Amino acid sequence: MSFFTSIRSAVSALLQRSSVDKEMEEEVRSHIEHRADDLVRSGIAPAEAKRRARVEFGGRAHYKQEMHEAMGAHFLDTFMGDLRMSMRALIKSPGFTWVAILTLALGIGANAVVFSILNAFILRPLNLPGAESLYTVERGQDRSPMQSYADYLDLRDRNRSFDGMAAYEISPAGLDTGGNPAPSWLYETSGNYFDVLGVQPYLGRFFHPSDEHGYNSVPYIVLSYSYWQSRFQANPAAVGSTVLVNKHPFTVLGVAPPGFYGSELFYAPQFWAPIVDQEQIEGWNGLKSRGNRGIWLIGRLKAGVTPAQATADMQSIAATLGASYPKEDGQISFSLARPGFAGDMLGGPVRAFVTALMLLAGLILLAACANLGSLFAARAADRSREIALRLALGSSRRRVLRQLLTEAVMISLTGGVAGIAGAAVLLRALSTWQPVPNFPVNLPVNPDATVYAVALLLAFASGLLFGIVPIRQVLRANPYQIVKAGATGVAGRRFAFRDVLLVVQIVVCAVLVTSSMVAVRGLIHSLHSNFGFQPENAMLVDTDLTMAGYNDGRSPAMQKRIVDAMEAVPGATAVGLVDRAPLALGWSTNVVFDDNATDFSMSKAAAEPLMYRVSPGYLKAAGTALLAGRMFTLHDDEKAPKVAIVNRQFARILFHSDSNAVGRFYRTIDGSRVQVIGLVEDGKYKTLTEDQEAAVFVPMLQSPTSATWIVVRSNRDPQQFGPAMEAALHHLDPGLPFTMRTWTKELDSALFASRVATVALGILGGLGAMLAITGIFGMASYSVSKRLRELGIRIALGAQRREVLQAALGRPLRLLLLGSAAGLLLGLAATRVLAYIVYQATPRDPVVLVGVVLAMLVLGLAATWLPAMRALHADPIMLLREE
Amino acid sequence: MTDQAQLIPGTLDLLILKAVSLGPLHGYGVLLRIGQISGSTLLIEQGALYPALFRLVRQGFLEAQWGESENNRRAKFYELTDEGRKRLGEQTEGWNRLVGAMSSVLNAQPEPRPEEI
Repeated sequence: MSFFTSIRSAVSALLQRSSVDKEMEEEVRSHIEHRADDLVRSGIAPAEAKRRARVEFGGRAHYKQEMHEAMGAHFLDTFMGDLRMSMRALIKSPGFTWVAILTLALGIGANAVVFSILNAFILRPLNLPGAESLYTVERGQDRSPMQSYADYLDLRDRNRSFDGMAAYEISPAGLDTGGNPAPSWLYETSGNYFDVLGVQPYLGRFFHPSDEHGYNSVPYIVLSYSYWQSRFQANPAAVGSTVLVNKHPFTVLGVAPPGFYGSELFYAPQFWAPIVDQEQIEGWNGLKSRGNRGIWLIGRLKAGVTPAQATADMQSIAATLGASYPKEDGQISFSLARPGFAGDMLGGPVRAFVTALMLLAGLILLAACANLGSLFAARAADRSREIALRLALGSSRRRVLRQLLTEAVMISLTGGVAGIAGAAVLLRALSTWQPVPNFPVNLPVNPDATVYAVALLLAFASGLLFGIVPIRQVLRANPYQIVKAGATGVAGRRFAFRDVLLVVQIVVCAVLVTSSMVAVRGLIHSLHSNFGFQPENAMLVDTDLTMAGYNDGRSPAMQKRIVDAMEAVPGATAVGLVDRAPLALGWSTNVVFDDNATDFSMSKAAAEPLMYRVSPGYLKAAGTALLAGRMFTLHDDEKAPKVAIVNRQFARILFHSDSNAVGRFYRTIDGSRVQVIGLVEDGKYKTLTEDQEAAVFVPMLQSPTSATWIVVRSNRDPQQFGPAMEAALHHLDPGLPFTMRTWTKELDSALFASRVATVALGILGGLGAMLAITGIFGMASYSVSKRLRELGIRIALGAQRREVLQAALGRPLRLLLLGSAAGLLLGLAATRVLAYIVYQATPRDPVVLVGVVLAMLVLGLAATWLPAMRALHADPIMLLREE
Repeated sequence: MTDQAQLIPGTLDLLILKAVSLGPLHGYGVLLRIGQISGSTLLIEQGALYPALFRLVRQGFLEAQWGESENNRRAKFYELTDEGRKRLGEQTEGWNRLVGAMSSVLNAQPEPRPEEI
């Protein structure tokens, strides 16, 4: 019977009880009236007759209680009895109770946390009305979510499958409410964005397609609820006020409802602005060129249209686009993906990892159940005399079983509630976690009703699962034998079900310990791996000159002033600029062609290297080693011939060798020739686990940009050096918003994935280890207590300590060995998967192997220590006297 | 009330079954009939009747149904089931055997002592 049906039947028993009560009351009244009638007939006054009849009947309450008992005890009464009895039994053995509750709380807590993440990221769609019909539009074979605005307009206007399709892009901008520019993050969106997502404003109004009249025509922004709270002090007058976004005036049109974070799950923007104003916000307009793909699309399917039909519809549009624009859109294709994590780009790995975590958490719970099963079985064995006595005194087996199950369920619910409470605390912390510096990450993992329901259900189910374990023991018990002889007679088969459970659990633990060690080793490796730059002793300042109103024409002069100002800060040893730091969020690529190429369509490109626009001092400031050739100088400007510095991978791909790259040429998409003047070491650019990417560095002076990251190398303590830099920058232009941190700190975002993996596996590994300890401990103490008398006699007869230990602990230790070996092998197999998330996660690492073996040994030792002591100190005299 | 006998424990059920076997009765009626048959020698505490009635219903020896009494009052009438009839037969037989055995024991006369012979 499930918990809820038993609650229901208890309630109905209560209701039934009251109706039975009423009937009894009526019957008693009828009796008294009949008696009174008789008394009246014999000449007594009616009032007196009634009184006397009542007196003659006797104690009504007492008889009614007897009537209830006569009808058989009620479900609820027995249930309460069971509860009281179980409570007493549990309080009487606090050690057992605590271990059991803790074990289960860990298992349930781990599952609640992981399930909550699974629920937030995978099961639950975007928190939007009708979210199940929303899809991200992806492009091409590699399913990139990046689209161009021109393609978007064609898709939006020509499709017959979508109610609406919106475009958006994540970007930073400086927002100034009056002399206080601060970097902020926003969504640039198409006019129909809010209409497609189906949200209503909290205050004011949203912008709509009717507001768009060409580029830079919609001077409106919409604030997020939390930004309105924090930056505008929740002032309703903020709506209608004018703010400066990168020095351009915008009117605050409205405030989005609380809980609305836009069309991605991982990002919480501070405001929304129209994408047609991109030139004002970003400083240049990337919407005009069909080949420039930087926006994401989300579409709402029409009712009754399947994703397959919509894909076919978009395919026919893709064919037309390919024919009309062979240069940009040749071979183009579209597909649909679940929205929330940039389509499948982030979604694929996230889903794989969370699913794997869920699997591990499930295994943990299984281990916890196995543990509790053996704990309960051991307890049932210890109590076999009590149970036998109860059976002998006339209690039914059913009643005994029901009481044991009540105990199990009480423990499982208490443990479940404790686990959920712990999980809720952890999840709250996780929800407010900001793992990536200066980027508003939103991890909506707060538990909802589903999570609580699932956790309670798990708790209840596991309670039943381990509660059932001792049942056979009870059913088989022959009360007369046990009462007479004590509980020692059970010889047991060579391998009981319990042993299998224990081995499974040790295997799980060993798998977890192995994978967490592999992950930790991988993380340490990645912290010390060669990034192609030296993050130590370098400060990064991230700014965009557009935020302070510098357009591309005025940027180079300002950039030169910045470099000069930074070099003047005492302690600065090298200063350089780059348009986007490697391993920071995002990157840009440009196609390159062979020097002899004549066809400059995308499909004929020789490579698509990552491109970095740098100042002459960048490579030195970043600590990137120049292998051949020369660095850029200030003379490599727009009047000089185009030059580039490439990494070895670029040289290998384009020139088939990295030794003779310097001096050779390649061509860009517009056909112009670029000479390679330098060769630098390979590095990491997009992620730590990427395959080696080709990269090319070009002079900022030949390819101007307002995006500016300042790299300053210094031998001074960043605590003192940072403020000096800050002051110098402020002195240069007080209106320039920027963020500053050490490069090591900036790398947090690159290390984010492997950190998460390591922390998650570490926690699960710790849980697994604790469960293994309690499991082995339970098994060993059971084994010792069952044979304590035998051990005492052996000691009395002069057995050696070694023999005693072998007799008492041989079996648990053998199981531990078996489980550890199997777990180690499985763990090594499992870590192949880890290699995709954690850089250089290799299972073939002697440190890991030795570490796992040591860890399991320590676990075994810790778990068997107390039982071993108990076995060694078995006092034969005491034991014999006890019997 | 000295002429009234205290009920031997366990006999109330048998008395009820017997009383009801003569025709359906409500609780108060059962009491009256037992008094009537026994010539008012058996004392039953009025309230104690009902737990016994409920027990017999649960055991399936009696069936209960609400109806109208001779006084035009609502009352719950009890009737013997087939099983109850069987039970009454067995119990009566057992009781008679017990009574026979008891009386023969209690009426026994002292025998001469063997030593005295």
